[in-house]
Amino acid sequence: MGDPMRIRAAAAGDTVEVKILMRHDMETGQRKDAAGKVIPAHHIKTLVVKCKDKVVLDAQFGPSVSKDPFLSFKFKGGAKGDKVSVTWTDNTGDSRTDEGVVS
Amino acid sequence: MLLDAKGALAAPSAGALYDVPRYGNVHLLHFTDCHAQLTPVYFREPNVNLGVGQAVGRMPHLVGEQLLRHTGMKPGSPEAHAFTYLNFEQAAATYGKVGGFAHLSTLVKRMRASRPGAVLLDGGDTWQGSATALWTNGQDMVDACLELGVDVMTAHWEMTLGDKRVKEIVERDFKGKVDFVAQNIQTTDFGDPVFKPYVMKEMNGVQVAIIGQAFPYTPIANPRYMVPEWSFGIQEENMQKMVDECRAKGAKVVVVLSHNGMDVDLKMASRVRGIDAIMGGHTHDGMPAPVIVSNGGGKTLVTNAGSNSKFLGVLDFDVRDGAIQGFRYKLLPVFSNFLPADRDMTALVKKIRAPYEARLNEKLAMTQGTLYRRGNFNGTFDQLIVDALMDVKGADLAFSPGFRWGTSLLPDSPILMEHLMDQTATTYSYSTLTEMTGATIKNIMEDVADNLFNPDPYYQQGGDMVRVGGMSYAIEPNARMGARIQDMRLNGKLIDADKTYKVAGWAPVAEGATGEPVWEVVGKWLRDKKTVAPRKLNTPRLIGMDGNPGIALS
Amino acid sequence: AFTAGLLKPSDVFAAEWSQKVFDAKSLEDVLKALGGDKFAVSPDVIVSGPDIAENGAVVPVSVASKAPNTEYMAILVDKNPSAMSAAFAIPAGTEPAISTRVKMGATSNVHALVKADGKWLVASKEIKVTLGGCGG
Ligand SMILES: [Mn+2]
Ligand SMILES: [Mn+2]
Repeated sequence: MGDPMRIRAAAAGDTVEVKILMRHDMETGQRKDAAGKVIPAHHIKTLVVKCKDKVVLDAQFGPSVSKDPFLSFKFKGGAKGDKVSVTWTDNTGDSRTDEGVVS
Repeated sequence: MLLDAKGALAAPSAGALYDVPRYGNVHLLHFTDCHAQLTPVYFREPNVNLGVGQAVGRMPHLVGEQLLRHTGMKPGSPEAHAFTYLNFEQAAATYGKVGGFAHLSTLVKRMRASRPGAVLLDGGDTWQGSATALWTNGQDMVDACLELGVDVMTAHWEMTLGDKRVKEIVERDFKGKVDFVAQNIQTTDFGDPVFKPYVMKEMNGVQVAIIGQAFPYTPIANPRYMVPEWSFGIQEENMQKMVDECRAKGAKVVVVLSHNGMDVDLKMASRVRGIDAIMGGHTHDGMPAPVIVSNGGGKTLVTNAGSNSKFLGVLDFDVRDGAIQGFRYKLLPVFSNFLPADRDMTALVKKIRAPYEARLNEKLAMTQGTLYRRGNFNGTFDQLIVDALMDVKGADLAFSPGFRWGTSLLPDSPILMEHLMDQTATTYSYSTLTEMTGATIKNIMEDVADNLFNPDPYYQQGGDMVRVGGMSYAIEPNARMGARIQDMRLNGKLIDADKTYKVAGWAPVAEGATGEPVWEVVGKWLRDKKTVAPRKLNTPRLIGMDGNPGIALS
Repeated sequence: AFTAGLLKPSDVFAAEWSQKVFDAKSLEDVLKALGGDKFAVSPDVIVSGPDIAENGAVVPVSVASKAPNTEYMAILVDKNPSAMSAAFAIPAGTEPAISTRVKMGATSNVHALVKADGKWLVASKEIKVTLGGCGG
């Protein structure tokens, strides 16, 4: 299930700027714990951002994306009040969807 | 020394020094990097300040007689003492101490009296560098700056008091009085601005914008854990945006109050359009005249105003018909003997120091030689610190950070606790003893050397080379990173990359350090010694720097 | 390119998340794993980030493209154990300009790899990761 994301979406004209902060360990699988045991990889693999059911960004992440990943980008065709949804899926099959409203 | 032969030091004339008639209608007064020095001090300028890449042979990378020749200053004059290390002991004895807030305040008031509407800019590194600043959590300097009448400020070492303390001062003490500006500090989550990027001031009918540029590499040069939620950087694109925004709002003069360091400011001035002047600090360069940099939008003046409240920069613009017609600039040295102490500031400083006088005045030892810090590779006060660290900690070698703050002491004078704190007072001055391999030692030195000698100023962090005790080495500043540090030897024997050495140090930037404060280690050593012989400076053999006017053998 | 809107998310990307792409050790190998063969260094591609990273674990990097019909953008870190950090399919209507944050183990070139009009374009920038600790 994971922890909730923070999503900001702001419209200027018909362009919407989206900023997303996910909550995820993004463990590389290369670190060792105090006992010297390898900490298994745990990272987001795919992420899809939609606005009114239209895909506005489709991303693939590797383990070298920073802990608590951040993304920002802009798309055309959105307006105040529209909902922006973000869904990620990680390498363990876990996934999470959160929604933001364009302001 | 050649200069001694040239005869007596010129008699001081306070009138000639401080008679600066008003010019134009926009007036900016600027001091920077005072490092919390509330009282007058001795201060020796460096005899090693090498320029690399484009900076070879250019100000501020000229020292001693090369600097005098370049700027047309008279040898033996009070100005020559203010701007160079030449003849230091004799000149310091003749002209006396420099700086001090009471004397600076008198000078500020004088300049203000003839310049209606003038604003006073504080370039940062103001709340750190003394015992009282550390012990009062910066409050002494906050109160002194309010008394001095600072109008606008940006920052660097202020951040080592922690983000919460900085916010508290900006939002409580400074509210409605001092504008704390920094276009290049954002939150680490969504990148939102943390402080006002700029402030607009109306001066004699002219709109003037002052944009803040905090030290871009604060979370690298200092502990990041003190500002975990803030991100810095040069942020050149946003700077351009802010300049354009100020112009659009009607600013006829755009000034950047910068803590980039001189070389970074020079590069920024060549790339960002529409800035009239960058008034800079951080590298502690006393620049007698601005450097005029051409760029796509016209010309930008770049100044730097030294350190230790030793200078006040006075920049006048003549603005008519919506455009700058001309400028005048003077960097005035603050000679404490030529400027009477301001009464109110004297009283405030006395009140600030009263609870601490006994601790400040503890006599630790006598020094037989001059003690100073500034210079690219080492200073005698740093040598004293690494010597003490090695002795007390039983280390093979010792590192001391390449800080540029720290005051000077004349030969045969007492070393008081206050003086030791002037060299060591930070919020993270833990002393350390670490086992390091030869490879790690080389790595550290290469890393610091690249911060100092990378030919691209945007990769420079503006400090000096880490001071090294116990180990000799050679350095080739123009070599690539990884190839600058050579011939590292301990007691004549080459350092072995795989062997482990005991290394003492202080002021680690990583979180979790716990050693005894370095002033306690060095204080103990001084009390034992009682008298400290002149220090033998451990400086590296330089490779490829022949003819560089940024070095003079003193 | 992508016909956005009608497709399921997984259809937008030309390919599924590929272990081969994310395991590749260099820009050249990533490109090969993506089915490309040659690339051109292009002034139409911009990769930006700090000159010196404040924190190697969190380095802000932005990629942008001025090349027409940009359909794919990726961020690669040369010296990381695997080069590829993140890849983005850009549907019509989305600006080819994205910011994210990546981990860097050491000073390295960071590349932006862009596919536009069927061609592969690259821009690079060195970002320094330093031990820190000094100061004026
Ligand atoms: Mn500084
Ligand atoms: Mn400073």
